[in-house]
Amino acid sequence: MAFDTQTEKQFKYIGTRPKRQDGVDKVTGHALYGADTYKAGMLHGAIVRSPHAHARIIKIDTSKAEALDGVKAVVTRADFATGLTGENWNILENIMADKTALYDGHAIAAIAATSNLIARDAVKLVEVEYEILPHVTDIKEAISEGAPIIRESSIEANVPPDHHKNITRRFECGKGDVDVGFAEADLIVERDFTTEAAHQGYIEPHACLAHMTADGKGELWCTTQGHYNVQRICAALLGMETSQLRVTASEIGGGFGAKTTVFIDPVALALSRKANRPVKMVMTRSEVLRATGPASSSWSTVKVGMKKDGTITAAQATYRLQGGAFPSAPSESPAQVTFAPYDIEHAEMVGLSVMTNRPKQAAFRAPGAPMGVFASEQVLDEMAQELGIDPIELRLKNAAKEGTRGVHGPTFKRIGLIETLEAAKAHPHYSIPLKENQGRGVACGFWFNFGGSTSVSMALSEDGSVALSIGTPDIGGSRASMALMAAEVLGIPYEDIRVTVADTASLGYNDNTHGSRVTYAVGLATIEACRSAVKEMCKRAALKWGIDEEAVSWEDGYAKPSGPNAGDFEPLPLKAIASEMTKTGGPINGHFEASPNTAGPGFATHLVDVEVDPETGKTTVLRYTVVMDAGKAIHPDYVEGQMQGGAVQGIGWALNEEYVYGKDGRLQNTVFLDYRVPVASDLPMIDCVIIEVPNPGHPFGVRGVGETSIVPPLGAVANAVSNATGVRQTDLPMSPPRVLKGILEKQKANG
Amino acid sequence: MVKVELWAGLRAFTGGERTVEVDAKNIRELLQALSDAYPGLKPILDEGVSVAIDGEIFADSLIEPVGPENEIVLMQKIRGG
Repeated sequence: MAFDTQTEKQFKYIGTRPKRQDGVDKVTGHALYGADTYKAGMLHGAIVRSPHAHARIIKIDTSKAEALDGVKAVVTRADFATGLTGENWNILENIMADKTALYDGHAIAAIAATSNLIARDAVKLVEVEYEILPHVTDIKEAISEGAPIIRESSIEANVPPDHHKNITRRFECGKGDVDVGFAEADLIVERDFTTEAAHQGYIEPHACLAHMTADGKGELWCTTQGHYNVQRICAALLGMETSQLRVTASEIGGGFGAKTTVFIDPVALALSRKANRPVKMVMTRSEVLRATGPASSSWSTVKVGMKKDGTITAAQATYRLQGGAFPSAPSESPAQVTFAPYDIEHAEMVGLSVMTNRPKQAAFRAPGAPMGVFASEQVLDEMAQELGIDPIELRLKNAAKEGTRGVHGPTFKRIGLIETLEAAKAHPHYSIPLKENQGRGVACGFWFNFGGSTSVSMALSEDGSVALSIGTPDIGGSRASMALMAAEVLGIPYEDIRVTVADTASLGYNDNTHGSRVTYAVGLATIEACRSAVKEMCKRAALKWGIDEEAVSWEDGYAKPSGPNAGDFEPLPLKAIASEMTKTGGPINGHFEASPNTAGPGFATHLVDVEVDPETGKTTVLRYTVVMDAGKAIHPDYVEGQMQGGAVQGIGWALNEEYVYGKDGRLQNTVFLDYRVPVASDLPMIDCVIIEVPNPGHPFGVRGVGETSIVPPLGAVANAVSNATGVRQTDLPMSPPRVLKGILEKQKANG
Repeated sequence: MVKVELWAGLRAFTGGERTVEVDAKNIRELLQALSDAYPGLKPILDEGVSVAIDGEIFADSLIEPVGPENEIVLMQKIRGG
């Protein structure tokens, strides 16, 4: 769907900042989140979880639990479908263990009871006999000699036989000949970097209410980024027809990628099927941290060759990402993404997925990219310093632009990286003088963005107002953005349009709210759905005037005669056409279904200033500026929200957040007091600069903005801390003890 | 015939070739032709791949036309968050 002429006109609604449509409900507490749904006769579900990191399940005795007064159903793996393959099998294995507990917190059985308290008491009565197996939770140890092999059967066909048996996937891309490139270099730097797993940290835990009836039909209300995906997976895991399960998405209290899969929803359905009553399940925070997917931890090796003038001659990297006890770490992502912002003739990138006894990793905004960029952008920073080149100038010198063939393969169309770098360079932030113990970091980031399958419908009411139905849960203000785009096409006020997230029985298939796709793809479908209604309204006006419908144009909410022979008629407003639509041919609706593939790539440049206390190693973020290409900002508040949110999550990942496993393989920090995400008092205001280089593949020029914003922060903050301390920060998190250790080692080395 | 650039890790299945030529008019035919010519690729293609045509990444489409004038790159399926 190409960029079109409407964009050349002055927008009336696009780019304004009206109040969000769900705002009143949310600030008054009326919005219904995952845990806010109730049903008569509802039971409460709870899950029995493994206390071991790796153990064979010898026997599960549920008799004492079943005998407890109030317990109505118990399920184990035997209550789910058999014969599944591929990712469906992996999801089932993750949400309910079969023969082996693969990580601390792995689900073994589940209980439904008349109260939450009884259900949790019953969990304690389930007796599980385990044979404890050797475990490994650290990525380096997992691919060392002697490490326990977790699931050799998961190794993909293209992994060479000489690789460690905990490496399940190998991806390699690049171009040219790195040996030639390194031979041309005046300076070569090679370093290793590690990052820890980081949880997506959504405030709302996973929650759902399931009701299976005796006729095999099912209803599910849940918090999710994609209820059609929940429907598809749950139907497969329960062995039922997809259309017999209706799924309704609640409001969502954050997802960031991790709510693109399921954890408790199939379990609640299985319990409901067995108990023949509705079952509600709500995870505790401890369960969320132990048994839902964080982003992978990583170990990267990056080598870059550069000429004295800053030209990158070669880049070579190996990115190892652990995906828990499942073959799903997104190791191909850093291989493709980290050097994509640069025009490099010779590059060789390898991604390796590593298995450990940890929970199945889940997507987290631009999955796999931030940890790779943490490594690559630090090497570039170090080389810029070594060569005495300004870090932004170095990036500008090598920046990819239209026509550059990326290291990941494809040739870029129009992109906005250079514009973000130029804006960062010109921003007042970049010239503020730094004091002692302060440092500045710069990093760039790229993300593909995604289209995905989309259905949208709109219905005109007789009073001229519009109901727009979309099938993607609203995470970041998308209802407001859709209403703005509909208002722009229809020429009616934003307030006259109500946007609803429809359930799976009410609208055609939609992919998840993920991949930075909603404003782009659902927006595109909204525009086209409204345009189809406009076409019909022009037809109705033509009928009334007795002229050809081609002689009618639509302008700012009015049908108007146009062309030399159209005649002279008073323009007809939308309301007038709507008021008599049932008498002029029937209801006027619009719809559009497509799988658009023209999502424009996203680029960003981040600037950050920090101060490091040399006595404690504590880092304080002083200033942070995000410069990002949004293509066209439909509702700038929500573009800025994505930019700020990505930066904040990246700051937390860089400075504080980590999964701490004991020698027993059990997670030690299972509450937010011990797993510390940044709060408002930890942060300065995140300054935002929206760049608009239109995406040639969207009618209004939109590019996705949900993920690119988390790609640069790990590298940017690490560069800032490195520059403040004079110690290169190769490992995350940059917690006070780790940073202080580096400072003390440097002082000792300097005498 | 169309030229298809494979990601480097797939060379093991194409006799060391990074770029291969197949007879195809759309993505469906392209993937089938790759499977037929290089059976070792089949399980990887069956897992799901994306195809970039002239810089635009087609995550799922089978119907997009391809021709000798196009830059065609086979990519691992993109995952979003």
